[in-house]
Amino acid sequence: MTVAFDSLEKGQQIGERRIELSRADLVRYAGASGDLNPIHWNEEFARAVDLPDVIAHGMLTMGAAVQLVTDWAGDPGAVVDYQTRFTKPVVVPNRFGTAVEASTVLTVTGKIGALDDDARTVRVDLTVTAPDLSAEGADPATAAQLKVLVKAQAVVQLA
Amino acid sequence: MPVNPDLVGRTYPPAETYTVGREAIREFARAVQAGHPAHHDVEAARSLGHADLVAPPTFAIVVAQRADAALIADPEAGIDFSRVVHADQRFTHHRPIVAGDELVAELHVDQVRAMGSGAMVTSRAEIRTVEGEPVATTVSSLLVRGEDQ
Repeated sequence: MTVAFDSLEKGQQIGERRIELSRADLVRYAGASGDLNPIHWNEEFARAVDLPDVIAHGMLTMGAAVQLVTDWAGDPGAVVDYQTRFTKPVVVPNRFGTAVEASTVLTVTGKIGALDDDARTVRVDLTVTAPDLSAEGADPATAAQLKVLVKAQAVVQLA
Repeated sequence: MPVNPDLVGRTYPPAETYTVGREAIREFARAVQAGHPAHHDVEAARSLGHADLVAPPTFAIVVAQRADAALIADPEAGIDFSRVVHADQRFTHHRPIVAGDELVAELHVDQVRAMGSGAMVTSRAEIRTVEGEPVATTVSSLLVRGEDQ
Protein backbone atom coordinates (compact mmCIF):
# COMPACT_ATOMS: atom_id res chain seq x y z
CA MET A 1 0.00 0.00 0.00
CA THR A 2 1.52 3.30 -1.06
CA VAL A 3 -0.93 5.62 0.73
CA ALA A 4 -0.37 6.34 4.44
CA PHE A 5 -3.66 7.00 6.21
CA ASP A 6 -2.15 9.48 8.66
CA SER A 7 -0.84 11.70 5.85
CA LEU A 8 -4.32 12.32 4.41
CA GLU A 9 -6.52 15.36 4.88
CA LYS A 10 -10.09 16.07 3.92
CA GLY A 11 -10.27 18.11 0.73
CA GLN A 12 -6.92 16.84 -0.59
CA GLN A 13 -6.89 16.18 -4.37
CA ILE A 14 -5.82 12.72 -5.49
CA GLY A 15 -5.32 13.56 -9.16
CA GLU A 16 -6.96 13.72 -12.56
CA ARG A 17 -7.50 11.23 -15.34
CA ARG A 18 -8.77 11.68 -18.91
CA ILE A 19 -10.46 8.72 -20.55
CA GLU A 20 -11.03 8.79 -24.30
CA LEU A 21 -13.99 6.84 -25.62
CA SER A 22 -14.75 5.59 -29.12
CA ARG A 23 -17.62 3.53 -30.47
CA ALA A 24 -15.21 0.56 -30.39
CA ASP A 25 -14.77 1.05 -26.63
CA LEU A 26 -18.55 0.75 -26.21
CA VAL A 27 -18.61 -2.48 -28.19
CA ARG A 28 -15.69 -3.80 -26.14
CA TYR A 29 -17.55 -3.00 -22.91
CA ALA A 30 -20.76 -4.55 -24.23
CA GLY A 31 -18.88 -7.76 -24.94
CA ALA A 32 -16.95 -7.84 -21.68
CA SER A 33 -19.99 -7.08 -19.51
CA GLY A 34 -22.68 -8.93 -21.43
CA ASP A 35 -24.81 -5.73 -21.60
CA LEU A 36 -25.87 -5.76 -25.24
CA ASN A 37 -28.52 -3.03 -25.02
CA PRO A 38 -28.50 -1.54 -28.57
CA ILE A 39 -28.63 2.07 -27.28
CA HIS A 40 -24.87 1.60 -26.76
CA TRP A 41 -24.00 0.63 -30.33
CA ASN A 42 -26.93 1.23 -32.71
CA GLU A 43 -27.63 4.85 -33.60
CA GLU A 44 -31.00 4.19 -35.19
CA PHE A 45 -32.22 2.31 -32.15
CA ALA A 46 -30.92 5.01 -29.77
CA ARG A 47 -32.77 7.75 -31.65
CA ALA A 48 -35.94 5.64 -31.78
CA VAL A 49 -36.04 5.65 -27.97
CA ASP A 50 -35.55 9.45 -27.90
CA LEU A 51 -31.82 9.55 -27.14
CA PRO A 52 -29.71 12.11 -29.05
CA ASP A 53 -27.27 9.44 -30.31
CA VAL A 54 -25.46 6.31 -29.12
CA ILE A 55 -24.55 6.70 -25.42
CA ALA A 56 -21.93 4.98 -23.27
CA HIS A 57 -23.00 2.40 -20.72
CA GLY A 58 -23.34 4.15 -17.36
CA MET A 59 -21.39 1.22 -15.98
CA LEU A 60 -18.53 1.88 -18.42
CA THR A 61 -18.25 5.46 -17.13
CA MET A 62 -18.51 4.28 -13.53
CA GLY A 63 -16.00 1.48 -14.09
CA ALA A 64 -13.47 3.65 -15.89
CA ALA A 65 -13.70 6.55 -13.42
CA VAL A 66 -12.76 4.45 -10.38
CA GLN A 67 -9.35 3.60 -11.84
CA LEU A 68 -8.16 6.97 -10.57
CA VAL A 69 -8.87 5.66 -7.05
CA THR A 70 -7.49 2.18 -7.68
CA ASP A 71 -4.19 3.49 -9.02
CA TRP A 72 -3.90 6.01 -6.18
CA ALA A 73 -4.64 3.35 -3.53
CA GLY A 74 -2.20 0.88 -5.07
CA ASP A 75 -4.54 -2.11 -4.70
CA PRO A 76 -7.86 -2.58 -6.53
CA GLY A 77 -8.96 -4.87 -3.70
CA ALA A 78 -8.89 -1.90 -1.30
CA VAL A 79 -12.06 -0.35 -2.78
CA VAL A 80 -14.67 -1.68 -0.35
CA ASP A 81 -17.63 0.45 -1.44
CA TYR A 82 -18.37 2.43 -4.60
CA GLN A 83 -21.56 4.20 -5.58
CA THR A 84 -22.88 6.77 -8.01
CA ARG A 85 -25.95 8.30 -9.58
CA PHE A 86 -26.11 8.58 -13.34
CA THR A 87 -27.34 12.06 -14.23
CA LYS A 88 -26.52 12.79 -17.89
CA PRO A 89 -25.80 10.39 -20.72
CA VAL A 90 -22.31 10.33 -22.27
CA VAL A 91 -22.96 10.76 -26.00
CA VAL A 92 -20.39 8.93 -28.17
CA PRO A 93 -20.75 10.11 -31.79
CA ASN A 94 -19.59 8.04 -34.74
CA ARG A 95 -16.06 9.03 -35.74
CA PHE A 96 -14.18 7.07 -38.33
CA GLY A 97 -11.05 8.19 -40.16
CA THR A 98 -8.95 5.26 -41.30
CA ALA A 99 -10.14 3.41 -38.20
CA VAL A 100 -12.59 3.95 -35.35
CA GLU A 101 -11.44 7.01 -33.42
CA ALA A 102 -12.24 8.40 -29.98
CA SER A 103 -15.06 10.93 -30.23
CA THR A 104 -15.41 12.05 -26.62
CA VAL A 105 -13.38 12.20 -23.44
CA LEU A 106 -14.28 11.82 -19.77
CA THR A 107 -12.46 13.99 -17.25
CA VAL A 108 -12.19 12.47 -13.78
CA THR A 109 -10.92 14.25 -10.68
CA GLY A 110 -10.96 13.00 -7.12
CA LYS A 111 -10.64 14.52 -3.70
CA ILE A 112 -10.83 13.18 -0.19
CA GLY A 113 -14.37 13.64 1.12
CA ALA A 114 -14.14 11.95 4.50
CA LEU A 115 -11.75 10.01 6.74
CA ASP A 116 -12.82 7.41 9.29
CA ASP A 117 -10.08 7.11 11.91
CA ASP A 118 -11.53 3.99 13.55
CA ALA A 119 -12.16 1.99 10.41
CA ARG A 120 -9.09 3.48 8.65
CA THR A 121 -11.15 4.09 5.57
CA VAL A 122 -11.07 7.08 3.27
CA ARG A 123 -13.92 8.25 1.08
CA VAL A 124 -12.85 9.65 -2.27
CA ASP A 125 -15.39 11.88 -4.01
CA LEU A 126 -15.11 11.80 -7.79
CA THR A 127 -16.16 14.49 -10.24
CA VAL A 128 -16.75 13.08 -13.72
CA THR A 129 -17.58 15.28 -16.69
CA ALA A 130 -18.03 14.81 -20.43
CA PRO A 131 -18.71 17.33 -23.22
CA ASP A 132 -22.36 17.87 -24.16
CA LEU A 133 -22.43 16.29 -27.63
CA SER A 134 -26.21 15.93 -27.83
CA ALA A 135 -26.38 18.41 -30.74
CA GLU A 136 -25.23 16.94 -34.06
CA GLY A 137 -21.72 18.06 -35.04
CA ALA A 138 -20.93 19.50 -31.59
CA ASP A 139 -17.19 19.98 -31.00
CA PRO A 140 -15.92 18.10 -27.92
CA ALA A 141 -13.20 20.72 -27.42
CA THR A 142 -15.65 23.61 -27.01
CA ALA A 143 -18.90 21.93 -25.88
CA ALA A 144 -20.12 22.61 -22.35
CA GLN A 145 -18.89 20.07 -19.79
CA LEU A 146 -21.70 18.11 -18.13
CA LYS A 147 -21.48 16.28 -14.81
CA VAL A 148 -22.33 12.75 -15.89
CA LEU A 149 -21.95 11.11 -12.47
CA VAL A 150 -23.23 12.65 -9.25
CA LYS A 151 -22.41 11.53 -5.71
CA ALA A 152 -19.71 9.26 -7.11
CA GLN A 153 -17.99 8.05 -3.94
CA ALA A 154 -15.44 5.29 -3.43
CA VAL A 155 -14.48 4.07 0.03
CA VAL A 156 -10.93 2.74 0.31
CA GLN A 157 -9.70 0.53 3.14
CA LEU A 158 -6.16 1.41 4.16
CA ALA A 159 -3.88 -0.69 6.34
CA MET B 1 -48.12 -2.50 -18.96
CA PRO B 2 -46.99 -0.51 -15.89
CA VAL B 3 -44.49 -1.87 -13.39
CA ASN B 4 -46.15 -4.13 -10.82
CA PRO B 5 -45.95 -2.50 -7.33
CA ASP B 6 -46.39 -5.92 -5.71
CA LEU B 7 -42.83 -6.79 -6.76
CA VAL B 8 -41.50 -5.31 -3.50
CA GLY B 9 -40.12 -8.03 -1.27
CA ARG B 10 -39.91 -10.53 -4.09
CA THR B 11 -36.76 -12.66 -4.24
CA TYR B 12 -35.29 -14.43 -7.26
CA PRO B 13 -33.11 -17.39 -6.31
CA PRO B 14 -29.64 -17.86 -7.81
CA ALA B 15 -29.64 -19.22 -11.33
CA GLU B 16 -26.45 -20.73 -12.71
CA THR B 17 -23.06 -20.43 -10.99
CA TYR B 18 -20.72 -17.78 -12.40
CA THR B 19 -17.10 -18.96 -12.46
CA VAL B 20 -14.71 -16.00 -12.48
CA GLY B 21 -12.02 -16.65 -15.08
CA ARG B 22 -8.67 -14.89 -15.49
CA GLU B 23 -9.40 -13.92 -19.08
CA ALA B 24 -12.81 -12.55 -18.09
CA ILE B 25 -11.09 -10.30 -15.52
CA ARG B 26 -8.48 -9.19 -18.06
CA GLU B 27 -11.11 -8.47 -20.71
CA PHE B 28 -13.31 -6.55 -18.31
CA ALA B 29 -10.29 -4.58 -17.05
CA ARG B 30 -9.33 -3.67 -20.63
CA ALA B 31 -12.92 -2.62 -21.32
CA VAL B 32 -12.92 -0.16 -18.39
CA GLN B 33 -9.35 0.90 -19.25
CA ALA B 34 -8.01 -0.44 -15.95
CA GLY B 35 -4.29 -0.96 -16.29
CA HIS B 36 -3.48 -1.91 -12.69
CA PRO B 37 -1.16 -4.97 -12.80
CA ALA B 38 -3.29 -6.84 -10.22
CA HIS B 39 -5.99 -7.26 -12.92
CA HIS B 40 -3.57 -8.67 -15.48
CA ASP B 41 -0.54 -10.29 -13.85
CA VAL B 42 -1.04 -13.15 -11.37
CA GLU B 43 2.29 -12.51 -9.62
CA ALA B 44 1.43 -8.83 -9.13
CA ALA B 45 -1.92 -9.80 -7.60
CA ARG B 46 -0.25 -12.36 -5.29
CA SER B 47 2.35 -9.83 -4.17
CA LEU B 48 -0.56 -7.74 -2.83
CA GLY B 49 -1.82 -10.76 -0.89
CA HIS B 50 -4.58 -11.87 -3.28
CA ALA B 51 -5.07 -15.51 -4.23
CA ASP B 52 -5.26 -14.72 -7.96
CA LEU B 53 -6.09 -11.88 -10.39
CA VAL B 54 -8.31 -9.24 -8.71
CA ALA B 55 -11.46 -8.12 -10.50
CA PRO B 56 -12.01 -4.36 -10.99
CA PRO B 57 -14.37 -2.75 -8.41
CA THR B 58 -17.37 -2.81 -10.79
CA PHE B 59 -16.88 -6.36 -12.12
CA ALA B 60 -19.67 -7.62 -9.84
CA ILE B 61 -22.13 -5.95 -12.22
CA VAL B 62 -21.60 -8.88 -14.60
CA VAL B 63 -22.92 -11.28 -11.97
CA ALA B 64 -25.61 -8.86 -10.75
CA GLN B 65 -27.00 -8.18 -14.22
CA ARG B 66 -27.43 -11.90 -14.81
CA ALA B 67 -29.56 -11.92 -11.67
CA ASP B 68 -31.44 -8.80 -12.87
CA ALA B 69 -32.33 -10.69 -16.03
CA ALA B 70 -34.64 -12.93 -14.01
CA LEU B 71 -36.57 -9.88 -12.80
CA ILE B 72 -36.72 -8.21 -16.21
CA ALA B 73 -37.83 -11.44 -17.85
CA ASP B 74 -40.56 -12.03 -15.24
CA PRO B 75 -43.84 -11.44 -17.12
CA GLU B 76 -45.50 -10.37 -13.85
CA ALA B 77 -42.95 -7.56 -13.33
CA GLY B 78 -44.09 -5.44 -16.27
CA ILE B 79 -40.62 -4.05 -17.04
CA ASP B 80 -40.09 -2.99 -20.68
CA PHE B 81 -36.31 -3.29 -21.05
CA SER B 82 -36.19 -0.90 -24.02
CA ARG B 83 -37.47 1.86 -21.70
CA VAL B 84 -35.05 1.18 -18.83
CA VAL B 85 -32.52 3.84 -17.75
CA HIS B 86 -29.87 3.04 -15.14
CA ALA B 87 -30.41 5.64 -12.38
CA ASP B 88 -27.94 4.66 -9.69
CA GLN B 89 -25.61 1.88 -8.66
CA ARG B 90 -23.74 0.83 -5.54
CA PHE B 91 -21.20 -1.92 -4.83
CA THR B 92 -20.25 -3.05 -1.35
CA HIS B 93 -17.42 -5.55 -1.33
CA HIS B 94 -17.20 -7.92 1.63
CA ARG B 95 -13.97 -9.13 0.06
CA PRO B 96 -12.39 -8.66 -3.41
CA ILE B 97 -13.56 -10.92 -6.25
CA VAL B 98 -10.64 -12.97 -7.56
CA ALA B 99 -10.17 -15.41 -10.43
CA GLY B 100 -11.32 -18.88 -9.49
CA ASP B 101 -14.31 -17.70 -7.45
CA GLU B 102 -17.54 -19.58 -8.05
CA LEU B 103 -20.32 -17.08 -7.43
CA VAL B 104 -24.10 -17.13 -7.13
CA ALA B 105 -26.41 -14.13 -6.81
CA GLU B 106 -29.78 -13.89 -5.11
CA LEU B 107 -31.88 -10.93 -6.21
CA HIS B 108 -34.18 -8.96 -3.90
CA VAL B 109 -36.62 -6.26 -5.01
CA ASP B 110 -36.33 -3.62 -2.28
CA GLN B 111 -38.42 -0.75 -3.65
CA VAL B 112 -40.84 0.17 -6.44
CA ARG B 113 -41.66 3.87 -6.59
CA ALA B 114 -44.09 5.45 -9.09
CA MET B 115 -42.43 8.22 -11.13
CA GLY B 116 -45.09 9.88 -13.26
CA SER B 117 -46.28 7.23 -15.68
CA GLY B 118 -43.11 5.20 -15.04
CA ALA B 119 -41.45 3.66 -11.99
CA MET B 120 -38.14 3.43 -10.18
CA VAL B 121 -37.25 -0.16 -9.31
CA THR B 122 -34.50 -0.75 -6.74
CA SER B 123 -33.05 -4.24 -6.58
CA ARG B 124 -30.24 -5.76 -4.53
CA ALA B 125 -28.08 -8.71 -5.50
CA GLU B 126 -26.43 -10.65 -2.69
CA ILE B 127 -23.40 -12.30 -4.25
CA ARG B 128 -21.87 -15.25 -2.42
CA THR B 129 -19.55 -18.11 -3.18
CA VAL B 130 -21.19 -21.48 -3.77
CA GLU B 131 -20.05 -22.33 -0.22
CA GLY B 132 -22.08 -19.37 1.10
CA GLU B 133 -19.31 -16.87 1.89
CA PRO B 134 -20.59 -13.28 1.32
CA VAL B 135 -18.56 -11.57 -1.42
CA ALA B 136 -20.45 -8.47 -2.60
CA THR B 137 -23.77 -6.66 -2.33
CA THR B 138 -24.88 -4.61 -5.31
CA VAL B 139 -27.83 -2.21 -5.33
CA SER B 140 -29.23 -0.88 -8.61
CA SER B 141 -32.07 1.51 -9.34
CA LEU B 142 -33.62 1.27 -12.76
CA LEU B 143 -35.94 3.96 -14.04
CA VAL B 144 -38.57 2.38 -16.26
CA ARG B 145 -39.82 5.28 -18.38
CA GLY B 146 -43.55 5.53 -18.99
CA GLU B 147 -44.93 5.93 -22.50
CA ASP B 148 -44.66 9.73 -22.47
CA GLN B 149 -41.29 10.00 -20.67
